[in-house]
Amino acid sequence: MELHELTLKEQLEGLKNLNFSSVELTDHYLKRIKAIDPDINSYITVTEELALSQAKEADTRYNNNNPLDLDGIPLAHKDIFCTENILTTCGSKMLSDFIAPYSSTVVSKFIEKGTVMLGKTNMDEFAMGSSNETSYFGPVKNPWNKEYVPGGSSGGSAACVAARLAPAATATDTGGSIRQPAALCGLTGIKPTYGRVSRYGMIAFASSLDQGGVLTRSAEDAAILMNTMSGYDPKDSTSLNVDVPDFTQEIDKPISGIKIGLPIEFFDQEMPDFVRKATNEAIDVFKELGAEIKEISFPNIDLSLPVYYVLAPAECSANLSRYDGVRYGYRCEAPKDIEDLYMRTREEGFGSEVKRRILIGTYALSAGFYDAYYLKAQKCRRLIANDFQEAFNSVDVILSPTTPGTSFKAGEKTNDPIEMYLQDIFTIPANLAGLPGISFPCGSHKDLPLGLQLVGNSLQEGKLLMAAHHFQKTTNWHKKMPKV
Amino acid sequence: MDSKKLDWEAVIGLEVHVQLSTKSKLFSGASTNFGALPNTQACNIDLAMPGVLPVLNEEVLKMAVKLGIALNANINSPTSFARKNYFYPDSPKGYQISQMDKPIVESGYLDIELEDETVKRIGVTRAHLEEDAGKSLHEDFEGQSGIDLNRAGTPLIEIVSEPEISTSAEAVAYLKSIHSIIRYLEISDGNMAEGSMRCDANVSVRKKGTTKLGTRTETKNVNSFRFVEKAIQYEINRQINELESGKTITQETRLYDSQANTTRPMRSKEYANDYRYFPEPDLLPVILEKEFLESVSKSMPELPNEKRLRFQENYELNDYDSRLLVADRELANFFEEVVKKSNSPKLSVNWVMGEFLAELNKNNLPINKSKISAKQLGTLIARIEDSTISGKIAKDVFEKMWSSSKDADEIIKEEGLQQVTDLSKIESMVEKVINDNPDQHQKYLSGKDRLFGFFVGQVMKESQGKANPSQVNEILKKKLKK
Repeated sequence: MELHELTLKEQLEGLKNLNFSSVELTDHYLKRIKAIDPDINSYITVTEELALSQAKEADTRYNNNNPLDLDGIPLAHKDIFCTENILTTCGSKMLSDFIAPYSSTVVSKFIEKGTVMLGKTNMDEFAMGSSNETSYFGPVKNPWNKEYVPGGSSGGSAACVAARLAPAATATDTGGSIRQPAALCGLTGIKPTYGRVSRYGMIAFASSLDQGGVLTRSAEDAAILMNTMSGYDPKDSTSLNVDVPDFTQEIDKPISGIKIGLPIEFFDQEMPDFVRKATNEAIDVFKELGAEIKEISFPNIDLSLPVYYVLAPAECSANLSRYDGVRYGYRCEAPKDIEDLYMRTREEGFGSEVKRRILIGTYALSAGFYDAYYLKAQKCRRLIANDFQEAFNSVDVILSPTTPGTSFKAGEKTNDPIEMYLQDIFTIPANLAGLPGISFPCGSHKDLPLGLQLVGNSLQEGKLLMAAHHFQKTTNWHKKMPKV
Repeated sequence: MDSKKLDWEAVIGLEVHVQLSTKSKLFSGASTNFGALPNTQACNIDLAMPGVLPVLNEEVLKMAVKLGIALNANINSPTSFARKNYFYPDSPKGYQISQMDKPIVESGYLDIELEDETVKRIGVTRAHLEEDAGKSLHEDFEGQSGIDLNRAGTPLIEIVSEPEISTSAEAVAYLKSIHSIIRYLEISDGNMAEGSMRCDANVSVRKKGTTKLGTRTETKNVNSFRFVEKAIQYEINRQINELESGKTITQETRLYDSQANTTRPMRSKEYANDYRYFPEPDLLPVILEKEFLESVSKSMPELPNEKRLRFQENYELNDYDSRLLVADRELANFFEEVVKKSNSPKLSVNWVMGEFLAELNKNNLPINKSKISAKQLGTLIARIEDSTISGKIAKDVFEKMWSSSKDADEIIKEEGLQQVTDLSKIESMVEKVINDNPDQHQKYLSGKDRLFGFFVGQVMKESQGKANPSQVNEILKKKLKK
């Protein structure tokens, strides 16, 4: 078996048993990236030198018998996480030459545990997109079929893990940006509870919705990484000051008796039969595992997209104001005056999807429209959160397809933003309510993977990982690997 | 024109920005010291680097609550932050974190004293926390602007008054009162020249007897009490003139030019019309616990008004003296130190407000740089009180103390300035003076009482000012009758 075929958990065991060194493992991935990634474009930056030196240090620690928790494990980081002295672009021309002066909390934590940074992954510009076609650094291809998109915005992270160009990758999710690419690339992706993972150093898109997480090949691997990345950070006032359970223990808890809710309104949405079929088969698996299945009502699902597309753009319109060409990042040539500097820098530095959302958000916050859009959206957000709380009175987790279909062809939805936005119809509600969600493979159609989503109550990541882990112990969907 | 002015009245509201004297910034750990090299006190958060997040400096909560208590206001809990969006190079995030719906301080008031000694109550609508901007430097760079972000993120509290101020003099009285309170609370140095306290004035005028508000202008950039008075006066006169000549007032933001003593409209580029406020998602609403509020309440220092009443009660000072003393917390403290030593409040207030302040002003020194300490001045006054020296001699001693930093007793001893209280010595001096001036003595005896002063002066001269004046009076009265 080749090194890239091992899961992260298996690699960690191999390193501990000195079956192979971190330098061998890292070098193996670096060679694969060189050979395969030109066709996939999942990395924006490959940090070869750094990776090898980190791997060497890890090996020294193994040889000295004092390894760190994740010593020598290669990881890829979404290019939304600031990495000190390393290019951090957020997929944008605006930051195409931005060398971050500091590291995000997430990346710092992984470095402290001994991980090796392979590089920074491609993404939709400023995490705005569902197909990874809005990146300034070019679209990412789906390793299952290169004519298809990998999903977004964490498309680079998903594609590189699916193509086995990294055992796992960090990612972020504002409306589905971890779970949707996980579904489209046949991976396990978890978006933790809002506040579980620090947002410090994670470039903001919509602050009240953004949450960091991981894309892995299994729930087990996700549990290992969640142990490191979770936890209170005094640098992030919205991070939760609560204990973090050992997720690697949580996943082995019994599944029998778990109550799974099926929101009837989700299943009323338009979706192809093969999605229904795969979902029903997955439900049967859970039944066999001893789960109790219950229909529940989620009356306000139709509000999700409109609410999201008011609030996220509103927050992004302010969050992206700092990209003005004054202190760092792209600056237009020879500005006439300050106004010209602002206008041309932002006109030239941002892509069209980013500009579209800034405009929507600016409009929604304008005098005279604020009450009708922003304020109303906030009230509706509450209704959606209430739907969840109502549901969690009777069930432990809520099950649905992750997306309304498998991946789609590149270019297919680029001229129809609404069609593109519909990709996230099942994933957005969890962000609006700040709840954890997980997607894992549950089938395939025409050799393209399909994902199943579970959403849990606040801080119940353990339950989600547990359910996914039990599912993966009896199914093989997550073991399938694209031919690249 | 002037007679017509009497038909108008002004409606003024003030927005006072006070820099809070925390060690670090409102949302970052960078230092707030004034005068550092450009951009040396701006960290990643102040520079609005991608991915950074604000963390509230909790020290400001205490300061704001203190101010709220001093302004007799409500303290909001929870209090929340909002983003105020506008593009300007010295605003690195493209928005300012401020407060909108739930300002920390709301619905207070301040009593100010007018020239005729009546007291007027001015409502304080709200006081909210916000971050200061950086500075744009246009002078030093040919065809470019420099940006200094050292000040960016410095905590400010903006105190907004109700439009209940009617004259420029009232505006200054209100400002001075705020200045005095923030200094008493030790939440700001209130230094207007360095921008620690800044004032924007909203001014409109209307015909007397009418209730509808006129169109207002907002005058910014006013950085001294005197300029506030002048700027407001200018703006009142300008608006009356415009309206009298049939024009209308445009609602706009104006800048005060202190050299020309005029206001001019700001270019519309210099301010935004729609700030698109919305709740700051990076900061959770802040809940102020009851225990916290109680502890702040307990830590409140004596405020100017309370101190004034105590001074009147304990030291039997009159209203005028006590007001002047308490207007400056350090002066009031200095006075109390002086009294402790001198045991004479009346003499102490005269000396502190008289010789002492005059000398400070002459040398352009703040109280804490005085050459004479409160204890030293108190001792000097005690020597007048116990008749060691006369008030007149004390003035000389004071001057010598100022220049030498020596104690009063040391100077009195060295220079032999103790009053002569030996009766026989004074008697012999009196006799000498009477004998030397027989003509004046004769005239005095024939009824020219006014000459008594002449004899006192001569005796004091004979004693080089050291004779005890009351003893001199007594003995002279006796001896002159003969």
